[in-house]
Amino acid sequence: MKFLPKFVHRLASPPHFYRLAERWTPWLGLVAIVLILAGAYGGLVIAPVDYQMGDGFRIIYVHVPSAWLSLLVYMVMASAAAVGLIWRIKLAHAVAASCAPVGAWFTFLALATGAIWGKPMWGAWWVWDARLTSELVLLFLYLGYIALHGAIDERTRADRAAGLLAVVGVVNVPIIHYSVEWWTTLHQPASITKMGSPSIRDPAMLIPLLIMSIGFMVYFAAVLAIRVRGEVLEREWHKRWVSEILGDT
Amino acid sequence: MTPRQRRMWGVGLVLFGAGVATALALQAFRENILYFYTPSQIESGEAPVARAFRIGGLVVPGSVHREPGDIDMSFVLTDNAHTVTVAYSKILPDLFREGQGIIARGRLGEDGVFSAEEVLAKHDENYMPPELAEALENTSHPGQSN
Repeated sequence: MKFLPKFVHRLASPPHFYRLAERWTPWLGLVAIVLILAGAYGGLVIAPVDYQMGDGFRIIYVHVPSAWLSLLVYMVMASAAAVGLIWRIKLAHAVAASCAPVGAWFTFLALATGAIWGKPMWGAWWVWDARLTSELVLLFLYLGYIALHGAIDERTRADRAAGLLAVVGVVNVPIIHYSVEWWTTLHQPASITKMGSPSIRDPAMLIPLLIMSIGFMVYFAAVLAIRVRGEVLEREWHKRWVSEILGDT
Repeated sequence: MTPRQRRMWGVGLVLFGAGVATALALQAFRENILYFYTPSQIESGEAPVARAFRIGGLVVPGSVHREPGDIDMSFVLTDNAHTVTVAYSKILPDLFREGQGIIARGRLGEDGVFSAEEVLAKHDENYMPPELAEALENTSHPGQSN
């Protein structure tokens, strides 16, 4: 592995990563709580009502960050799985395995908040348009990863098989993102990421959404740090550094 | 080629293959993935004739017409190029109003009137406070479009 710089080697060493994650978790958690509380206050109290939907639009402050995170977490999971497959780094597989349940919950949250909003606004809980269907496929990819990983007893083989599934599933990510442009859908097109000015014009509406999204990202980082530590302990329980950390119990 | 490079190629090829297969499948199912047809597509004969399908467009202001003492109603949908008249007799969603984007599921009759069994409101990507919407309405921009 002569291409990889030294700090990557150090980062990929489970004991080193364990201690790093231990040190960072409280700070990440603190920042996440502050951002999410600030975003929630901005979104629920400061932001004005929408001209058409009234207060009903405020679910956007959970729906949009969850939907973004569902994609971001998948990209992190698939990248980690690819690194694990190609460079055979065990820590990378531990990261991928830790991402899956978190991403599945973000996806579930995006689908559930969307359904709650869709019933009064569209007139339907669920429609089979390209955006909703591809997001549902994303949920099945996460659940498929978890199921496949759990179905194989030997950890190394489970990592590789489930990791390959995660890599193949990357195909779905651009489909979700561009579904509202490639096909006609009931779901509205993107408001924030479209070229030119965002379609949420009032800063009092837009800024809480951005704060909330960053808050969700930091929350994901905090949860990932905790989960990877647990995953690493479970995978390396027989190693000496683990008994040194946990004491001889 | 080292084993690591081989694995790199392997992962890359698997991803490439999955991407090509998905692109071909989506291309083949292109029509089925379309959630609705526009009035222009109906005009040019792209919409299915014998089966139910969905149509999407903006409700033309002033076109909503109700029979007195009845729940039957009709309105005209437009995509700013062509129009289609829609007949409907059930409950409308909250967001239904003139100028709003609407998706209706039903069949196209011989007379060119689309008889809908279900009407859904399509929300656009614009969010704004009422004062801003009013200000936009009063200037040259004719409200939200899409």
